[in-house]
Amino acid sequence: MELYLIIILVLMILGSIYSLNASDLLSAVISYGIVGFGLVIAFLLLQAPDLAIVQVVVEVATLIIMIATIKNTQRNIPKMELKPKIAVYYAITLIMALVFVLIFDRATGCLNQFGADTMRMAQPYIDGAADTKSANLVTGVVFDFRAYDTLGEATVLFTAVIGVLTILRIKGKKEEKK
Amino acid sequence: MIIYILCFVLFLVGLYGVVSKRNLIKIIIGIAIMEYSINLFLIMIGYIEGGTAPIITKGFENAKFVDPLPQAMILTSIVIGLATTALLLAVAIRLYQKYGTFDINKIKDLKG
Repeated sequence: MELYLIIILVLMILGSIYSLNASDLLSAVISYGIVGFGLVIAFLLLQAPDLAIVQVVVEVATLIIMIATIKNTQRNIPKMELKPKIAVYYAITLIMALVFVLIFDRATGCLNQFGADTMRMAQPYIDGAADTKSANLVTGVVFDFRAYDTLGEATVLFTAVIGVLTILRIKGKKEEKK
Repeated sequence: MIIYILCFVLFLVGLYGVVSKRNLIKIIIGIAIMEYSINLFLIMIGYIEGGTAPIITKGFENAKFVDPLPQAMILTSIVIGLATTALLLAVAIRLYQKYGTFDINKIKDLKG
């Protein structure tokens, strides 16, 4: 179980590194798909089927939007004159990464071990699940106990859609005046 | 704990993309990768060894479930992530139409 997750995570890391270093934007977006769909498999292994379904939909939508963007703009990345890469930069990057990992290790040391969660926070939600008449505890939490959070989420989504429409509208104020 | 650290390495890869890449699309991909790694990390914290998905079906009324609370929160987070990515891409399209490039070094006059 943990081994499968490690294999998928390594695949996701390799896919993301290739995605960030690809010289073609279309192949970058496609290898970014490795990360998203690897996440779907990881969610299924972690017993979160609702999240896996949502993640499939979101990942496909993201890929479609990204590919549409690239198709309408520019696919290749123009080569530029690169500054000489000094070994000091690599050393600084590695040291910073190591420091971050050490801080992360210290910070998460107080958490439960993987697979040993105690459900301290979730117990009231599980005990009250019978009141919601929902067979799925996750939807019970999302739409019943935390319905106001879901309302806020819908507001954020609506605002983002309005923002996209505002940014991408073809007719601007200047053109109307002419 | 190696699984948590691998998840954090994925976050660091996304951070590397945001900090060091010059192409706007690559920066957006880096932000999305960071977001995915955070989602995965929070779900991993809620996992319980031998637990089943938190859905009550016949015969599984008293089974051991995984933690439903992080799953509900991340469900919200994933959808909001899609919205922010779409907004970022819309801004990138507009910048491309104005400057004819995705290179952030050439997009300099961002004032006004």
